[in-house]
Amino acid sequence: MIAAIVFLPLLTAAIAGLSNRAFGITFPKVITTLGLFTSCILSWVIFLGFLGGHAEAHVEPVLTWLRSGTLDVSWALRVDSLTAVMLVVITSVSALVHLYSWGYMDEDPDQPRFFAYLSLFTFAMLMLVTADNLIQMFFGWEGVGLASYLLIGFWFKKPSANAAAIKAFVVNRVGDLGFMMGIFGTYLVFGTVSIPAILEAAPGMAGSTIGFLGARFDTMTVLCLLLFVGAMGKSAQLGLHTWLPDAMEGPTPVSALIHAATMVTAGVFMVCRLSPMFETSATAMGVVTFVGAATCLFAATVGTVQTDIKRVIAYSTCSQLGYMFFAAGVGAYGAAMFHLFTHAFFKALLFLGAGSVIHAMHHEQDMRYYGGLRKSIPITFWAMMMGTLAITGVGIPGIFGNTAFGFAGFHSKDAIIEAAWASGGTGQLAFYVGVFAALLTSFYSWRLMFLTFWGKPRWAQSEHIQHAVHDAHGHGHDDHHAAHDAHAHDDHHAHDHGDGTAGYHPHESPWVMLIPLVVLSIGAIAAGFVFHGFFIEPEAGEHFWHGAVAFNEHLMHAMHEVPVLVKLSATIVMLTGLLVAWLCYIRSPQFPAQFASMFRVLYDFLLNKWYFDELYNVLFVKPAFAIGRFLWKRGDEGTIDRFGPNGAAWVVARGGGITARLQSGYVYTYAFVMLLGLVAAVTWAMTR
Amino acid sequence: MIGLTHYLVVAAILFGMGVLGLVANRKNLILILMAIELILLSVNLNLVAFSAYLQDLVGQVFAMFVLTVAAGEAAIGLAILVIYFRSRGTIAVDDVNRMKG
Repeated sequence: MIAAIVFLPLLTAAIAGLSNRAFGITFPKVITTLGLFTSCILSWVIFLGFLGGHAEAHVEPVLTWLRSGTLDVSWALRVDSLTAVMLVVITSVSALVHLYSWGYMDEDPDQPRFFAYLSLFTFAMLMLVTADNLIQMFFGWEGVGLASYLLIGFWFKKPSANAAAIKAFVVNRVGDLGFMMGIFGTYLVFGTVSIPAILEAAPGMAGSTIGFLGARFDTMTVLCLLLFVGAMGKSAQLGLHTWLPDAMEGPTPVSALIHAATMVTAGVFMVCRLSPMFETSATAMGVVTFVGAATCLFAATVGTVQTDIKRVIAYSTCSQLGYMFFAAGVGAYGAAMFHLFTHAFFKALLFLGAGSVIHAMHHEQDMRYYGGLRKSIPITFWAMMMGTLAITGVGIPGIFGNTAFGFAGFHSKDAIIEAAWASGGTGQLAFYVGVFAALLTSFYSWRLMFLTFWGKPRWAQSEHIQHAVHDAHGHGHDDHHAAHDAHAHDDHHAHDHGDGTAGYHPHESPWVMLIPLVVLSIGAIAAGFVFHGFFIEPEAGEHFWHGAVAFNEHLMHAMHEVPVLVKLSATIVMLTGLLVAWLCYIRSPQFPAQFASMFRVLYDFLLNKWYFDELYNVLFVKPAFAIGRFLWKRGDEGTIDRFGPNGAAWVVARGGGITARLQSGYVYTYAFVMLLGLVAAVTWAMTR
Repeated sequence: MIGLTHYLVVAAILFGMGVLGLVANRKNLILILMAIELILLSVNLNLVAFSAYLQDLVGQVFAMFVLTVAAGEAAIGLAILVIYFRSRGTIAVDDVNRMKG
């Protein structure tokens, strides 16, 4: 069954991708979508088996891969509760995204390629989460990186999309280097790459040291930090996060699948999978907590000033990943996985909802040109509303002896914040950061909602809308966008209808796009309440995880004993954020601009994303270019080419020119040379 | 008394004249053919001289063969020459440089 789940997407990807347009456009779409829905149903069967407690963790061997000395790597599919959670997340979101893409990509001529990439990505991600050894995990890790690259650059005619794809790939290389070094180191220390064997041996290695360049380091700390660098790259943590916002150049369903729900959570999954290993090093855990908290804060602050709807959600994703990491860092792996699980639903929902808004607004992504869309696209509005309620963590805390009840994010985020408080030490710091980030989360999420769905329409200023209106008035409504960026935005006829709509009428998306929104809305509402027992409650959690992660029962108990104020903190800041957003964007819409001009420096700092891109430009990109230019001009052209190929060619040409003069073409010259040669040969033969 | 040496010296002089005619001649392709003929004759003279000196008839038989072959060669050479003159309108050696590299 697990083999079917994993390999069906590969099969359908191969069929859709290799047949290209041989079977038309519909067949690849049907087969990839059907394959994914089959995988999805089977995944839920496995997951429900683990929830019911009657499924056993097992490993299903597939093939021997390579065997050399003590290195023994096999393709095998590992199934335990951790994998089951990931299976459900991946296949569910992927299946819904496939379906959604029917509507969103409807006018794209390259749909077979798109669906093939989506399925290929799903396969790679499934290989990653079912990996039984680090090498197979690395295979999946690179596979999702490749698929991400292909999908970000799907609209390869856009230079910005290509640049973003390359950036994502290159930044991920940095992380992958760390991951690879981690794998090498692990093999060096443990003599195996099998994950269960490593996890079993890890506690015995705690406190041992490893020598490198004459210094001694704590073995487990080194290994964990190297592996964590890999996780940072894939999960866009502070320092290696710069690719994620740019990755929004890809089609929106891709952002929902890869850059919100699945691939970016691979780092969290890896830390949880290797949790017994991380448990052996307090330093590494501290670093994980610190990086997670820093990312959480950073991304949330930047998210508050972005104007592109997808970028706001991208920074929000980055911030939520920070939550997951510091949850893992304080030892609450169950809570980290729980937030991963719920986040997948509501973040995919938000992205797909944003895609639906963008679809309705003729590919306009700037929220400054939205407004008043509540009436025009009600189903999208309500879906986005559910997503926002989930991400901001709306719910009733269980402080009066009642059972806590709320949307998905309420259960998982509160669990993380409480666990951070309960763990003490670095966790206390993470707690304050987490609560502050929750305030910002609430603010930017409601800001997004208010700017998009409330207020008066501000569409008239948008070039995309002007195009749409112009096209509609000019020559029908069928040939718009797809390659809307290709044609220049040179005409600015503002059709002033006096109400800011420019005479444009947003239309609700087709049903194939709305069904995924509705299904995910259900997930965003119920996932937290239904599943929180299995993920984070002490006894049920211990039973559910059953050793798949280092489940800290003690911490989960302590979580329930935190002060009332801690329990209430997340809800209080959520309401504060809502209030501030309401004041700023509904009550007095001129206030944000005043605020921005008052604190110009702070505003610019946030708008430019803490100047990370600029800093990296100066620190890495420019020197890399300089080194490249030096090696190219001086090293390659000046030395190797000059004395190598070009030098040899010069000698041959010159020598040829000289000897060519001997070729007079006169018979007597040749005869004379022949004679000379003959005389010389005879002389040699005689005097020998 | 005229001995072997004399014959050989004459043959050597003939050979040298033939080679010079081949190499130094810049006027006429017919002269080249004649120079080749001269070289062959000098060789023949050598063959006959050694044949008489060694009392061995094989050398003279060989000289006959060489004469025959030389006649055929001259015939072919002249035929080529005629064809060449028809196409180029000249048989001056200085103009024959189509083999220039």
